[in-house]
Amino acid sequence: MKLDQIIEKLLLTARKDQPSDRVPYAFEKRIMAQIADLPSADDLWAAWSRLLWRAVAPCAAVAVLTVVVWVSVSPAQPDRAMLDPELEEIVAMAIELPAE
Amino acid sequence: MESTDQELIAAVLDGDASSFEPLVTRYQPRVFATARRYARRKDEVEDIVQEIFIKAYRKLSTYRAEAPFENWLMRMAVRTCYDFLRKHQRNREHNVTEISSEENDWLENVGEDTTERESKRDAAKALVNRLLEGLSPDFRLVITLLEIEEKSVKEIAELTGWSVSLVKVRAHRARNQMRKMLARVAPEKYL
Repeated sequence: MKLDQIIEKLLLTARKDQPSDRVPYAFEKRIMAQIADLPSADDLWAAWSRLLWRAVAPCAAVAVLTVVVWVSVSPAQPDRAMLDPELEEIVAMAIELPAE
Repeated sequence: MESTDQELIAAVLDGDASSFEPLVTRYQPRVFATARRYARRKDEVEDIVQEIFIKAYRKLSTYRAEAPFENWLMRMAVRTCYDFLRKHQRNREHNVTEISSEENDWLENVGEDTTERESKRDAAKALVNRLLEGLSPDFRLVITLLEIEEKSVKEIAELTGWSVSLVKVRAHRARNQMRKMLARVAPEKYL
């Protein structure tokens, strides 16, 4: 007998073997109890809003900390008045050097 | 007088959750029968059915009364069963290579009248279940719907959300995979 015929025979057996549609006792009560415990859409929004408010304080603290660290670690800004003549001098030296 | 599906759905959407209970009572036998095609353990079947009804309750506002509620619910049932198969697809190959002596006897005597007897039919059932469990989730789903529940390709496409051509391709490949698995079980006989 060919494989296809055997498969057909097996599938025929499966077709005849209908699964039971028996329902466990009071199963609908179990479903309804689960549904009663489901959070409503309003509850979800309230939970989301609570989470956002809770995140405000840590985020603000991180922002303040970042500013403090940045101010203390970053090099002091050079005085522009002092920089300008020095820069001019260096550039002038670079131009003059090849001529020598 | 019993309320219609549409009346019950409208009541649930108006905030009366208890109106969902008659819908569960009405359709749970069919949903249980569907879940039992894909899961064998009692607790797994119950979990699948529960998930189907809870999904249905949550998504009830998306139901457009263009088709009967039962069709919408069964689409959800089939998709939930498919998700279940995908989550539990480990050890598939292992199931197929080790067949029992009764299943082997059935294969040895297939074609003879003895295989039709009640005692032998159990071996055939066990063997076909073993083959189905050895298929990948998409192949198992398509074979179950097409060959066992005898649904049309178009119906399967609607139930699964796959295109008609994808259903055809998967059905063809699923049969090939079944053929290969069966040949692996008894290579000396079929190769």
